[in-house]
Amino acid sequence: MTTTPLPPQSFVKKEPGEASVPAPGRGRRLTRVEKRAIAAQGKLSSPWASLLAIVIAVLWTIPSLGLLITSFRPELDIRRSGWWTFFTSPEVTTDNYQEALFGSSTNFSTFFINSFVITLPSVVIPISLALLAAYAFAWIEFKGRSILFVAVFALQVVPIQVTLIPLLSQYVDWGLEGSFWVVWLSHSMFALPLAIFLLHNFMKDVPPSLVEAARVDGAGHVKIFFQVLMPLLTPAIASFAIFQFLWVWNDLLVALTFAGGAPDVAPLTVRIAELSGSRGSEWHLLSAGAFISMVVPVLVFLALQRYFVRGLLAGSVKG
Amino acid sequence: MSSIRSRRSLAAVAGGLGFALALSACSGDSGGGGGDDTAGGGATGGDTDCAAYADYGDLSGKEISVYASIVDPEAQQQRDSYKPFEECTGATIAYEGSREFEAQLPVRIQAGNPPDLAYIPQPGFLKSITEDYPDALVPAPQGVIDNANEFYTEGWVNYGTVDGTLYATPLGANVKSFVWYSPSMFDEAGYEIPTTWDELIALSDTIAESGAKPWCAGVESGDATGWPATDFLEDVVLRTGGPDVYDQWVNHEIPFNDPQIVEALGTVGSILKNEDYVNGGLGDVQSIAAAPWVDAGLPILDGTCWLHRAANFYQANWPEGTEVAEDGDVFAFYLPGQSADDKPLLGGGEFVAAFSDRPEVQAFQAYLSSPEWANAKAEVTGQGWISANSGLDRDLLKSPIDILSFDLLTDESYTFRFDGSDQMPGSVGAGAFWTEMTAWFASDKDDKAVLDAIEAAWPAS
Repeated sequence: MTTTPLPPQSFVKKEPGEASVPAPGRGRRLTRVEKRAIAAQGKLSSPWASLLAIVIAVLWTIPSLGLLITSFRPELDIRRSGWWTFFTSPEVTTDNYQEALFGSSTNFSTFFINSFVITLPSVVIPISLALLAAYAFAWIEFKGRSILFVAVFALQVVPIQVTLIPLLSQYVDWGLEGSFWVVWLSHSMFALPLAIFLLHNFMKDVPPSLVEAARVDGAGHVKIFFQVLMPLLTPAIASFAIFQFLWVWNDLLVALTFAGGAPDVAPLTVRIAELSGSRGSEWHLLSAGAFISMVVPVLVFLALQRYFVRGLLAGSVKG
Repeated sequence: MSSIRSRRSLAAVAGGLGFALALSACSGDSGGGGGDDTAGGGATGGDTDCAAYADYGDLSGKEISVYASIVDPEAQQQRDSYKPFEECTGATIAYEGSREFEAQLPVRIQAGNPPDLAYIPQPGFLKSITEDYPDALVPAPQGVIDNANEFYTEGWVNYGTVDGTLYATPLGANVKSFVWYSPSMFDEAGYEIPTTWDELIALSDTIAESGAKPWCAGVESGDATGWPATDFLEDVVLRTGGPDVYDQWVNHEIPFNDPQIVEALGTVGSILKNEDYVNGGLGDVQSIAAAPWVDAGLPILDGTCWLHRAANFYQANWPEGTEVAEDGDVFAFYLPGQSADDKPLLGGGEFVAAFSDRPEVQAFQAYLSSPEWANAKAEVTGQGWISANSGLDRDLLKSPIDILSFDLLTDESYTFRFDGSDQMPGSVGAGAFWTEMTAWFASDKDDKAVLDAIEAAWPAS
């Protein structure tokens, strides 16, 4: 191992020269993929398609709208009639939000902070590790690489439920149960196979000539990773970060199983699951609770939406 | 070569350090941030008389974890009721309530970190834990056994006993043989509270003749849909068959579809499947299957329903501002027996089981079975809690329905029986019994077919 190994040939069907052109040049003959894309664009932007899109969007939003209206209705109205009757007898109250936010013996902010403390490392750790692993799988040749990669990929098949008890007993042996550590570790474990696979595919799509050029200029792995690949991977990282953020933020199972429901570690979802009371008599609070917990994911999604869409597109039609 | 390799390993070390720093920073942060809230909440005052607690000894610095299905706002009352014990012995109680209790407890036992104490709401569940995890539960220590024998009736002690060993003592209790009604509506119409089953049916007929639907019911309850109907059937079996038949039925000494049970289900059907009787303010017979049990009694407030059979804990479901009292908006009367002297009583409760034999855990378990705790709990509870502990001071109960429940529970002329579905094996008591009773309403399934299907679901052993 005297020199850095050559990058393997990418198995993208396009020729390297063509793939590295950022936008299709004028006068160049269009590839089949591009022709199809243009045809699809024409079909999708017809007025009928727009109408259909609007109808679907409205239909999809109605339940959320109903939930929003419900969350502002008085208790008796919620329990006795559907949200659509709101329009004939509008009556608005913020009691549900008051009760959901401040009705617990534990301050609501505690659960919010717990959720953040759980979510941020659970997003950062798997992405960091997966980036390194994906780089190794994509650009470093070593023995057994393909087998290892397939093995990592295959790990996605393992359902999280079957791992709960073995993992928990392992954590108990280590004396870690009931702390944030186990939640971070578990979320990282469950996220890594998909993260490595996704990021690997994005890395693979970077034209080898770019990496080769960097290498000719004397860049090592670290420099290539940080200065050549990272800027190109931002959309991929952002889209995976959104996925992982939403998954961890909305997770109840992992947090409840590993950390338990004690107030010092319980995330927001645990509080919401208990909002309806021991015998379910307070279920009218659930709509308000749902909206409270929805605020953060919606903000994150809106803030990173641009990357998200770009990241999704980057996988399909690469310029 | 060496330069590349060393650079690479340096980078790896640096990266690793970065992670470690980031992680430890986060964990330090959270440990400090979350801990201080548990100590808050309403204190019951610092002038507790510690004389009764001297036997428990000094437990300073000891922590006892408690896991239960009771969540806020009742969870806070639980925590408050431990304050005298914590103040006098110095121990700390870490209470954790979860609605996923029944699913999570076996997971924790299997993984090796069970709580010190668990409040188990069904004797059947207690039994299955002793069968599935023989070494997990710790038999009750002598102090607990003494308390149990002194303050609880034999029946209650037996519900916490498996194969002759006492594992769990009763904690709270509830009474299910109640019919909710509106006192003011009864006054206006001149109706009397029935004292026998026949009077109850006569009253229902009178109301039905006036053009109203007398009964309202609902059995929808998420995953547990159907359970309110099982309680109704149990109550009727106690009345048509009697306590002995009930015991045989619950313990599967007679088949589930025994002719006496078929008769009882027919009696339930003469009310709940009678188009003239149901479903007041909610719809037809089929609407019972889909009506949420928490809301099924609300038509009483509108005057569209007269009678709703539900437990004493239904009082939590009345909307805020509803007065629950004998002269208030709603109240409940005892679901009468065949005659005025025949007084079976259906109820339920939770049981405290220990997974550890540390001295502080045994001390706390003894405390929970003592009248000191029952009274401390009654003091911090506004409404909705009673205990079968004979040392409980009746004057501490605040809600009229709680007082009535406690009176019935401690009145020896009433024959108490524990909720049968809670004692049956899980595949019946928390499975077929629920689903078949739901089908009985929803698809108008035949009485016999329903009971046959439940009998078929009973585990072979």
